[in-house]
Amino acid sequence: MLMIASLSCGLLFGAGLLISQMVQPAKVLAFLDVFGAWDPSLAVVMIAALAVSVPGFMLARSRSRPLLAAQGFWPTRDDIDRPLVAGSALFGIGWGLVGFCPGPALESLATLSPDVFVFVLAMAAGMILRDAWQRARPTARDDGALMRRPG
Amino acid sequence: MANFTPLSAAIGGALIGLSSVLLMLLTGRIAGISGIFGGLLNPGTGDKAWRLAFIAGLILAPPLAGWIGYGMPTPELPASWTVIIAAGLLVGFGSRMGDGCTSGHGICGIARLSVRSIVATVIFMLTAILTVALTRHGFGG
Repeated sequence: MLMIASLSCGLLFGAGLLISQMVQPAKVLAFLDVFGAWDPSLAVVMIAALAVSVPGFMLARSRSRPLLAAQGFWPTRDDIDRPLVAGSALFGIGWGLVGFCPGPALESLATLSPDVFVFVLAMAAGMILRDAWQRARPTARDDGALMRRPG
Repeated sequence: MANFTPLSAAIGGALIGLSSVLLMLLTGRIAGISGIFGGLLNPGTGDKAWRLAFIAGLILAPPLAGWIGYGMPTPELPASWTVIIAAGLLVGFGSRMGDGCTSGHGICGIARLSVRSIVATVIFMLTAILTVALTRHGFGG
C-alpha cells in the first residue's frame, strides 16, 4: 500500500507539473525574467499549491501518525544556518542558468532527451559530492549557525 | 506579461499541493524532490523503496498523459553542455546543502510555516532572478 501511495503521489505531482507547464524550462525562465517579458504563471502555481497544502499540512499535523506508516517524518529544524543560506543561493544560480529544478528535470527523463540525461547526471553528481563532503566534515552543519530559534 | 497561463497554472499548482498533502497524510513523508532523489543516491539512507516509487510515478506521468492525448514537448535547454552540466551540479549540490528545493522548501516548507523554508525560498528565488537578469540582460538593465 505504501508503495502504491508513493507511486500515485509521484504521478499526481508529475501531472501537476505537466498541466502547469512547469516542466518547460522556458516557462520557468520567463517567470524568473522579471526585467524582460515577465510571465507570472509560476507565482500562480505556488499560490494554488499553497492554497491546498497549507490547510492540508494543518490536518496532517493534527494527526498522531500517517495512515500507512508507523511514524511521520515531520521536519523539526527551524534554525537559519550557513549551509541553508549558501546551499539555497547556489541552487538558485543553477535553477536560473537552465530553468530546471529537480522535479521537472527527473520528470523530463521521460522525453529521452540527451540534454536532460546530462543535466540529471550532473545533478546526481552534485548531490553525491555534497553528501561526500558532509561525511568528511560531519560537524560542518552545526558550526555554521547564524541564528537559533528557541524551542 | 507574456504567455500568462493562470488557469492551467492554478489547476497544476493545486495538484502539486494535493500530492504533497497526500504523501504526508498517507506515508508521513515530505514531497521534496531533492530530498527524495538525494536519499536514493546516499548509501546511508535505508528507505529506498518509497523514494523509487515516487520518482517512478513522476517519470511515468508524461507517457501516461501522452497516452490520453496530452503530449509533452521536449524541454528546451541551452545549446552548451558546459552550461547544462554546471547548472546540474549547482542544482544538485545546492539543494542538498540547503536541505531542499522548490518543492521541499517552496511548497511543503512554506505550508508548514517554517521560517527556515521561507528564508530558503526567498534566497533561491532572488539568486535565480539575478542569474537570469545577468545572463539575459547584462547587468540587470
